[in-house]
This record gives sequence, C-alpha cells and structure tokens, in this order.
Amino acid sequence: MFTATTLNRRSQRAQGVARAVFFLMTVTLVIPVLIIAGTLVVKGGPAISWEFLFSAPRDGMTAGGIFPALVGTVWLVAVALLASVPVGVAAALYLSEYAPDNLLTRTINLAIINLAGVPSIVHALFGVGAFVLFFNIGASILAASLTLAVMTLPVVIVATRESLQAVPQAFREACWNMGATRWQTIRKVVLPNSISGILTGVILEVSRTAGETAPIMFTGAAAFVAFLPNSVLDQTMAMSYHLYYIATQQTGVPEEIPFGVALVLISIVLLMNAISIGFRVYLRGLKKW
Amino acid sequence: MVEPPIIEVRDLTISYDGQPALRDIALDIHRHEIFGIIGPANSGKTSFLRALNRMDGFNPGMEVRGSIRLNGKDINDWRNVYALRSRIGVVLPLPVGLPMTVYDNVAFSPRLRGIRKRAELDEVVERCLTRAALWDEVKDRLDSLGSLLSGGQQQRLTIARALSQEPELLLLDEFSIAVDPVTTMRIEDVLRELRSELTIVLVTNLVQQARRLADRTAFFLMGEMVDIGITEDLFEGKVRDERTTGYIEGRFG
Repeated sequence: MFTATTLNRRSQRAQGVARAVFFLMTVTLVIPVLIIAGTLVVKGGPAISWEFLFSAPRDGMTAGGIFPALVGTVWLVAVALLASVPVGVAAALYLSEYAPDNLLTRTINLAIINLAGVPSIVHALFGVGAFVLFFNIGASILAASLTLAVMTLPVVIVATRESLQAVPQAFREACWNMGATRWQTIRKVVLPNSISGILTGVILEVSRTAGETAPIMFTGAAAFVAFLPNSVLDQTMAMSYHLYYIATQQTGVPEEIPFGVALVLISIVLLMNAISIGFRVYLRGLKKW
Repeated sequence: MVEPPIIEVRDLTISYDGQPALRDIALDIHRHEIFGIIGPANSGKTSFLRALNRMDGFNPGMEVRGSIRLNGKDINDWRNVYALRSRIGVVLPLPVGLPMTVYDNVAFSPRLRGIRKRAELDEVVERCLTRAALWDEVKDRLDSLGSLLSGGQQQRLTIARALSQEPELLLLDEFSIAVDPVTTMRIEDVLRELRSELTIVLVTNLVQQARRLADRTAFFLMGEMVDIGITEDLFEGKVRDERTTGYIEGRFG
C-alpha cells in the first residue's frame, strides 16, 4: 500500500505555502480598486443627478453640472478616433502583411513601442509645438484630438497587429497558393477573422483617450466655456481637465462635485472596457477555427 | 515521348539561409503522368514542390537557383506570379479548411477568376467536391464552416479547392498523413482518374503509395536525386544506385 514519504509531505507543504502567498498578493491587488470605487460612490454618489449630468457649471463652478465637459469629451474622443484608427490600422496591415523583415521594419516596430512609452506630458508639449503653433490650428478640439491620436496610435497599431498575427499563416499560404494576391487574401480571410481584436483595441483606445488630461491641457481644453462646441476649431471643456481644475485650481467647490465628476469619468471608462470585453467574448464565440 | 514535358528542371539548387537543402536537380515531368518523389525526411522533397509554385516568395530565407520551366517557359519569367500559382493546385500535408463555409472554400478560386453567377459556381462546387469524393458527405451542409469538418474531410476539401482552380499541375505533399486508410484509397482512385486531365507531382513518405500511383518515381536522399525511373522498374530492382533498393525495402530511411 502507498504511504506518503517525508519528501512527499514536505513538497505538499511547500505547495500550500506558495499557493497562500500568491492568493494574498492577488487579494492585495483588489483592495485599492475596491477602496477607490467605494470612496467615489460614497462621496460622489450624492452629487449625481439628471441636473448634474445635463446642466452647465454655475457660480464659479461651485454648483451646477458637467454637461459641457461630457459633450467635450465625446468630441475629443470621436475626432481622435477618426484620426488614429485609419492610420493605425493601415500601418498595422502594412507591418504585418506586407513589410519584409528587415532593419527598417524592425526600426519602425521599435519606434512604435517607444512611442507607447513616451509620457503623456511630452505628447502634450509635442501637440502644442506641432498642431497648435506649427500647423497654426490654435488651441482647439482638432489640435487636442490630434495630440490624443498621436499618443494612442501605438495602442491601435499593436492591438491590430496582434490580432492580424493571430490568424494562422496556413490560411494565408492556402490563399496565395490559389493565386490570390496579398490584398485579396487580407480582404477575404485575414480581416474577417481579425476584426474582433481590432475593434477591441479601438474600444480600449477610447477609454484611454477619455481619461487623459495632460495632452489636452495646452492644446484645446478650457477650464470654462459657456457654450457647447460648434466645430472642431472651438475650445472645449473636458471631463478629465474639468476634474483637475475644480480639484486643484478652484476654491470653494463642495466636496461631492469633484468626486461626482470622477465617478462619472470612471464609469465611462469602465463601461467602455465592459463593452470591449463583452464584444470580445461574443466574437470569440463566432470564431471560425 | 513526342509531347514536350510540362516541367523541365535544370541545375536546381535550393538553400535556406545559405544551408543547401537540394542540390543540382535535373528532371523532366511529362504531361498526364503521376510523378512520385520518395525519400526520407529532410531530403528536399517539399522544397522541390515549393519551388515549382514559387512558394519561396513566402519564406524570406529560402533561395532557389537554377531553372524551372513550365510549358517551356521559365517560371520566373511569368509576368504575374498570381497567374502562375492559380494554374498550379497545391495540397499540403496538414489540411487547411479556410475559415469560411464549405461552399465558399471551393468557390474561392472560381470567384478570383471572376465567376459570379450562382448557377455556374454551384456547378463548379458540386463537380469539384464530387471529384474529391466529398460531395455525398457535405452536400447537405455546404453552409457549415470548412474548418469544422473532420481532418480527413478537410483534406478532401483542400483537394476539391485545388481542383476548383482547374489546374494543369497538381502538387501533393504527403496528402494522406491526416487521412484514414479508407479515405486514402478513395483519394488515390480519384488521382488515377485525374491523370487524364492533368499532371500530378506526388511527394510521399509511403513507398507503397508511390508504387500504387506513380508512373515514374524519383528518390531523393539528403538533398540529392539518387535515382529516377519507371516506378515498376525501381521496385523490381532496376536501379542506378543500390541505396534506392535499400530505401524501398525499408533497410534504412
């Protein structure tokens, strides 16, 4: 009959300890998230109302709502997407499907990774120099969105390239062997099977764009604009900048207002992430291999 | 043979990143024959097939030197590599059902040729699936995904897809690896029938499969063509090199 040796027992004990340590670390990870979410709900919850969401700030931003900032954030995100998605997807298609593996391609790939690592304040200054001053667009939604687009391009490119490369090479070769060109192969086999990953990347980009503050501070966001933007050349309020402003630059703001703004902002981001995850799960169910 | 060969290979040398895989191959493949290539792993059989279809373009490290003529014209002189590939059907060891319906798998190549009429496509799909001995099994689920068929069915789907190209040359690389013996026999029957319409190059690990199918057979060993001749002659011991008999009889390999 089998009996456990001392060695068996010792390895079992070590296994138990390892498991417990990893579990504790995981719990530690969850605690800050719960505290942040809990604080926001408790302190910001009372501020949330229809009036808060759909009216402009009043009395030097010590009262009223956040409507112009909400609308401004939608504008910034939408214009940034229009600028970055076509460029990013096209660049990823080129890098993944056409580019030969040579020094130039590898340099470009390295540059993209580094672009992702550039701090957002540096992007902000680049945006001021390039879009506001050099191209003379002026501080506006367009300049701010282009700055956001440059900043989030690596996210789009990397997400797109990864989903393209998840399509098995055998599918491509089977098409090429039938005499299909690269573009025919991309259109009929590669894109239909990678579109879910590409869209997921785009949604993640939205949530990141909505939360960024530094890149829009000097390029188009304003502390207070009495009207909603009419065109991309207007300045605008934005959720993230509004939060920064009322929390640090303005006195006499009741405590629940900044917490309320933060709660709305984080809800938007979480909602976007949830949509992204749901989308991925749904499309994975449709996956064809 | 009065008719000129469909394929003429001269001084063919293939290397990967400078490492030679196949050296100084010279052979002709005649129209309407099944040409077998046998040999142990790493002897250059697959590289030879890849070169015929200019698949070296898929693999940056692969370098092909020498000349390969299809119908008398060097394959590198084809103005359009896509036109060349569309006339050559390829079946690889592991089946590749494209992630689209069974119907679309077979209609893919006809559509590339510009066929749009549903009736015409229906006809091509049915004919090719029938030839590949798959029609009876899939005729009621042409709209299900090709990649969800069983391995053996996917391989026959791959063959149907190759036939839908209406190729003049069909390259088969160990097509029976993922196929059960009964289906293998059915496909072999199909290949024998196809001989009247096209030319087949059959790379196989199964010596007996070459014997059953091939009119002529070449024996590749470590990147060299050791022997070539009428298949029956090789199997009866009429060989140029003793190693051929050794391999055929399973003494090494």
